[in-house]
Amino acid sequence: MASEEMEQLVRREYKQGFVTDIESETVPPGLDESVIAFISQKKGEPEWMLEWRLEAYRQWLKMTPPSWAHLDYPPIDYQAISYFSAPKKPEDRPQSLDEVDPKLLETYEKLGIPLHERAALAGVAVDAVFDSVSVTTTFKEKLFEAGVIFCSISEAIRDYPELVRQYLGTVVPRSDNYFAALNSAVFTDGSFVYVPEGVTCPMELSTYFRINAANTGQFERTLIVCDNKAQVSYLEGCTAPQRDENQLHAAVVELVALEDAYIKYSTVQNWYPGDEEGKGGIYNFVTKRGDCRGDRSRISWTQVETGSAITWKYPSCMLRGKESIGEFYSVAVTNGRQQADTGTKMIHIGEGTRSTIVAKGIAAGRSDQSYRGLVKIGPRAKGARNYTQCDSLLIGDQCGAHTFPYQEIGNSSATVEHEATTSKIADDQLFYCRARGIDEEDAVSMIVNGFCKDVFQELPMEFAVEAEALLNVTLEGSVG
Amino acid sequence: MLEVKDLHVTVEDKAILKGLNLTVQPGEVHAIMGPNGAGKSTLSAVIAGKDGYEVTQGSILFEGQDVLEMEIEERARAGLLLGFQYPIEIPGVKNIYLLKAALNAAREARGEGEIPAPEFMKLVREKSAEMQMDPSFLQRAVNEGFSGGEKKRNEILQMLVLQPKLAMLDEIDSGLDIDAMKVVAKGVNSLRSADRAILLVTHYQRLLNHIEPDRVHVLVDGRIVKSGDKSLALELEARGYDWVLEESVA
Repeated sequence: MASEEMEQLVRREYKQGFVTDIESETVPPGLDESVIAFISQKKGEPEWMLEWRLEAYRQWLKMTPPSWAHLDYPPIDYQAISYFSAPKKPEDRPQSLDEVDPKLLETYEKLGIPLHERAALAGVAVDAVFDSVSVTTTFKEKLFEAGVIFCSISEAIRDYPELVRQYLGTVVPRSDNYFAALNSAVFTDGSFVYVPEGVTCPMELSTYFRINAANTGQFERTLIVCDNKAQVSYLEGCTAPQRDENQLHAAVVELVALEDAYIKYSTVQNWYPGDEEGKGGIYNFVTKRGDCRGDRSRISWTQVETGSAITWKYPSCMLRGKESIGEFYSVAVTNGRQQADTGTKMIHIGEGTRSTIVAKGIAAGRSDQSYRGLVKIGPRAKGARNYTQCDSLLIGDQCGAHTFPYQEIGNSSATVEHEATTSKIADDQLFYCRARGIDEEDAVSMIVNGFCKDVFQELPMEFAVEAEALLNVTLEGSVG
Repeated sequence: MLEVKDLHVTVEDKAILKGLNLTVQPGEVHAIMGPNGAGKSTLSAVIAGKDGYEVTQGSILFEGQDVLEMEIEERARAGLLLGFQYPIEIPGVKNIYLLKAALNAAREARGEGEIPAPEFMKLVREKSAEMQMDPSFLQRAVNEGFSGGEKKRNEILQMLVLQPKLAMLDEIDSGLDIDAMKVVAKGVNSLRSADRAILLVTHYQRLLNHIEPDRVHVLVDGRIVKSGDKSLALELEARGYDWVLEESVA
């Protein structure tokens, strides 16, 4: 382990990212209406947006943090958080990779991350990211030709106010939950995507491309709208461990699929999980929801969750349109002292709606994780079907896995299937592989990857390869 | 090649092997026979390095190396390979992937590079044909949903690909019908060579009609009490194990 100082440096610097053109002013820690007005003004937002934020804030004040999750963490002091902070100047960042925690670099190496991206991820103040700028430019031209809008949410509020106003908060209402309300009041960053009618987005959209345009913020807000017969595949996150001085992350993601539209949303999340005692790790409280608003629309969530000290996340689908489809494919890996309470909600409202849930949980070290899933079939959802499969794999004997499946079936014509298994990574499987000459760590990663195969095959090809590598790095040293 | 001396092994404080001696030379096929509970499977498990077996006395040398000091995977890479009585299922991991990883691990240990993909494919196709296994087996998850006979054939396929110096086959005949046994025996016989030894652990003489051993040992109550040539196996078949036991006590 490198010096703590260095590590802190890396963490402190990372958040600032590579954006150079935002205002360099900071508000002191704490939250009140004036802070929200400040944020709104800094972002150059119209009046309605400020009102929208303030209304969220007023509702948030009346709410209390959820306590039902199987998570254990000290209360968060919301007045100790700074809700708008200025970027660090380039000269305050590490000036080269030599100044970065070698352990972090080692991980990048193992993940096969290209050199220039390593510098960017570690927050080094170099112009190596220029490579991705040129990529971004070609990429933007292509999208523009197709009529796809892909920009930061702040730009969208300025440049496409009607679209934002029409959809923002319609999937995750401001008062939906404590963290969503907070996010609605103070979000500063995130993505906006609009795919017009009949258009299949010509490429996979990735926040990765956007890394220079807007850094992932503490309160990220993403809105993706697919018009009739439109399709998009969106990739969020990246496999490299991302560090951040902000411990609390409360993102909101809203997806809207109109008639015959298809949104595929893939996430690989690898926030800093904290040290061996779980100190300093990110708290990730995310509200992600997709609205299959149109008939025959389809929304598919695929996630690989390996990071964060605490994960609270339930990507869900509202299946309103007739014969609409919701899917949730998830791999959650916890090691060390990590805690994760994650799962999904499939709300069947329309006739003939279908949903599939495949959740794989892997717990190692002294970590603890829960799958929490709700399948709700409304009275009008005739012939609705759900298939749920959730499997847990335990590595070692100090970790825990729990399953909390909820079903509310309001319709006798519905078919709901649920399968669940919990297994310990079997000593006999390990012995079998080792007795073939395969060393223990390779054997574990082979068995774990096999366990996750159903989910990995849902990921876009490149992401799947990265996800496998990531899994191996995450579980390194978890046996023996 | 393999030298087991005065081997004492306990499992959960219960003595299973109580001073076993065995010497195997290259080119030889040895059969270990004996009644249930005599410690036959314990012997091959200890040589392969399975957890839960405590060696309290004695030694195992393989080509002069102290086997008990080696990790499980090191033993396999050195050419000591165990064919399982109950092969393990590994969901989601392709059979061909396991084969390739195992082969490359052994090659790496010998200082050779990874096997080129076309060469590997050719090798595996050829060997699966020998075991009368459809190539589709290679794409299926390791042993998952395989019948008993398919699992055993798969074990021999691994041996054919990995080419061990000492192949230990634990009850490779159990649960096989006669046709499957012939295929398995054919595979084992094709492994026979002047520089390779085979150790068969079996309860029945039946297998030895198809794979002719050079030496037959009778293991009773943790010790080898009688050794002989293949005619000993026939005698055991005809008379059972009791007489050997009586003879050894006397």
